[in-house]
Amino acid sequence: MRMWAQSHLCQKPQRITSVLAAALALTCVILGASQSASALPAFARKYGLRCSACHESWPMLNYFGQKFKDNGYQLMNDRDAPIWQNPGYWPVTFRITPIWHRVSTNKVQVDGSAGPGGNEAKITSSGFDLSGLDFHTGGTLEKNFSFYVLPSSDATASFHFETVMARLDNISGSPWFNVKLGKFELDNLLSEKRILTLTANGGIYQLYHFIPLNDHNIFGQMGDNQLGLEVMGHSYSDRTRYSISLLSSNDGQVGLPYGSESYSTFITGSQAFDAGKLGVDRLGFYVMAGVAPTSWLTNMGAPIGGSGTQNKGYSREGFVGQFYFGHRVDLTVVTQHGEDSAWFGQGYGDFVDYTTALCPNANPTGPCNNVAGTTLPAGSRSPTWNGVLLEPHYVVSPQMILLARYETIRMSQQSTPGTASNLGNITTYTFGYRYNPFMTSRAGFAYHGEYNWFHQDGTSPVTATNLTSSELLFGIDFDF
Amino acid sequence: MTRRRSRFAGADFGLRVLTMNSLKPMRFIGAILFTAIPCTAILGLTFVAGFTATVSAQDEPLVGPKPHVVVKPMESHIGNITGHAADAKSDYRRYCAGCHGEYGDANGENAVWLDPKPRDFTTATFKCRSTLTGTLPTDQDLFNSIGRGFANSNMPIWNVFTKQQRANLVAYIKIFSPRWEHEKAGEPIKIPAEPPVTIESISHGQALFAKLECWKCHGTHGEGDGPSASTLTDSKDNPIRPYNFASGGKDARFKCGSTNEDIYKIFMTGVDGTPMPSFADVIQPNEAWDLVHFLRTLQVNRHGKENEVLMAAHGVIPPYVDRTPAPAAAPPDNKTPGGGQ
Repeated sequence: MRMWAQSHLCQKPQRITSVLAAALALTCVILGASQSASALPAFARKYGLRCSACHESWPMLNYFGQKFKDNGYQLMNDRDAPIWQNPGYWPVTFRITPIWHRVSTNKVQVDGSAGPGGNEAKITSSGFDLSGLDFHTGGTLEKNFSFYVLPSSDATASFHFETVMARLDNISGSPWFNVKLGKFELDNLLSEKRILTLTANGGIYQLYHFIPLNDHNIFGQMGDNQLGLEVMGHSYSDRTRYSISLLSSNDGQVGLPYGSESYSTFITGSQAFDAGKLGVDRLGFYVMAGVAPTSWLTNMGAPIGGSGTQNKGYSREGFVGQFYFGHRVDLTVVTQHGEDSAWFGQGYGDFVDYTTALCPNANPTGPCNNVAGTTLPAGSRSPTWNGVLLEPHYVVSPQMILLARYETIRMSQQSTPGTASNLGNITTYTFGYRYNPFMTSRAGFAYHGEYNWFHQDGTSPVTATNLTSSELLFGIDFDF
Repeated sequence: MTRRRSRFAGADFGLRVLTMNSLKPMRFIGAILFTAIPCTAILGLTFVAGFTATVSAQDEPLVGPKPHVVVKPMESHIGNITGHAADAKSDYRRYCAGCHGEYGDANGENAVWLDPKPRDFTTATFKCRSTLTGTLPTDQDLFNSIGRGFANSNMPIWNVFTKQQRANLVAYIKIFSPRWEHEKAGEPIKIPAEPPVTIESISHGQALFAKLECWKCHGTHGEGDGPSASTLTDSKDNPIRPYNFASGGKDARFKCGSTNEDIYKIFMTGVDGTPMPSFADVIQPNEAWDLVHFLRTLQVNRHGKENEVLMAAHGVIPPYVDRTPAPAAAPPDNKTPGGGQ
């Protein structure tokens, strides 16, 4: 208790510094740059459109950008095929973000008086840093044949394929029939890959990744790019949209690492309305449902990839609303109700992931492998939860956007009876701004400032009390 | 396995716990460092921001501040929607200015790379109109142009906008030329009902295509390769190519639309600002429809009634025979001026 009090006191001047830093940086940025008003610059370069034409603030798409994407990266003006471009044109863009950030977590497992790993401590760190590097390339191979390839690295330049897909567009001349094959982002109206925020907890949508504490469902993650086949369609003006995806339940990992017959599906639909002076508002829904394995053959105790059986079910469903209130203000709302099989809730599921550190070590609380004769503990139930995400924006000008986000996820049923009803609940909010000092069709450049606060109930590593972290970040986000 | 796709993972202290012991000394000098580091960052940002502004300023071709765009209180009227120029300022800047320029003078930063060039709103000369050549287009014409886009150009199909947004943009376009303050839009031409497509109408259209010398620019097969094609320029002396009817696919569109009525309007009103003249004074409305039917047959990849009729005739257009009855001989004039009972 005394330690906490000391820590809290020490924190005060730091907070003041942080607030001052944020205010000063914002002021410096606004005053320092005074250009006229500019995502994938490769597309912008191809079509001669400013970034702002497709992006509310890059990388987040606006309605026109969404339509361009839905058309298979085509403007549909008979100039989309590469044959119309200069032969030297190659649609490549890289993106990386140098930053300064300050990260603080209130309870980290540390050595101490209670023995190795027996204590918790608050750790705060700050310094200059880098994001990973993305190499985007995409566009049309011919009219109505498009592709997207995104090799992406972490901050140490370790690469993986974030996206690799080919798409047949406007099959039979109809915008209602387009087919995509490969690894791609799910058709979330609020795209996480185009998120405007950059901090560790603020840089993802918690709603898209939530899995209850001790739940070992492999899949159920809407935010990760997935391997599969997608059929999508839309009206000529993109007012009406739908998509249906068939996905391998392997969280986008190549090489069939999990079950041999485990698939999932993701279905979305939405309708936009002309709301007069307010703008174009949209209402939609999504459903993600499928099965993933819980039982594995083993060799010397190690799970064998691809041997997963005993598929168990899960689901995520919710509504999405995108509301515009004139030129400057908009609000996106995403709701979710989620449910996992009781087997996942009790720790069965993702066993292969622990190949190098067998499950009992990596997950001491779970039995891990649903072999023949396994039974669930008495009273086990399917964990369920509800969540909502609110993200308002204030578009000061096409060059500057102020943004905020509030997310909350509340468990409505724990898998194990008697578990604290709020265990694993999440609350997080984020504030930030992005300012583009120039706006052209050649490159993207943004001064970025952001603060995120994250709270989860009962998940600190030793005492199982509440975990809180925060991050303040300033940086320069650019792509070319 | 990467569960989180955050671009930064700095808050994951659980994975970095062994290295965090190195933070301990920071507790002693933390007060100094913690002030110094953010300040350095902020100063760095300030420096970069200032530097960027300086460099950008050096790139500017004009010296001194740019004049402010004065948004005149122009309006547009589309059905029961009234567009206001002032409400389109942000949209124009976001979507249009990159090509058409902040001042509507077709001098946006992308204009130099575009072919064909963007429209210069300061001249108030517009290609796609329902009004006679030389007159201003109607608000509806401009409204339709924004929503339709321009095939074979960089002008997108802006049908994602609300009708109100498009109406506002129509009003905004008007602020760039004084013509809108002194002139009214022309009267839309009257388009008679389209007669049935027959091989005779196609044949007559072909004869008109020859007689009006359309082939000189568009080529005998409509492929945009006539003898004059390489010499054509628009009203700003930029090279311009005549339309290639044969190039489009099943969904081929013209710049000013895709229906037969749109084609009719194109050559009856002319495409102002280009060498394509108006033929309103040269051909009669029924003749114009025959020309439309023939032009459709030049779109060889399009499935339409005209090509069906042509296929039924084994792909051969018979020579046009003028079966118009000769003017009847003047009836005998039994009356003498002023005569009568």
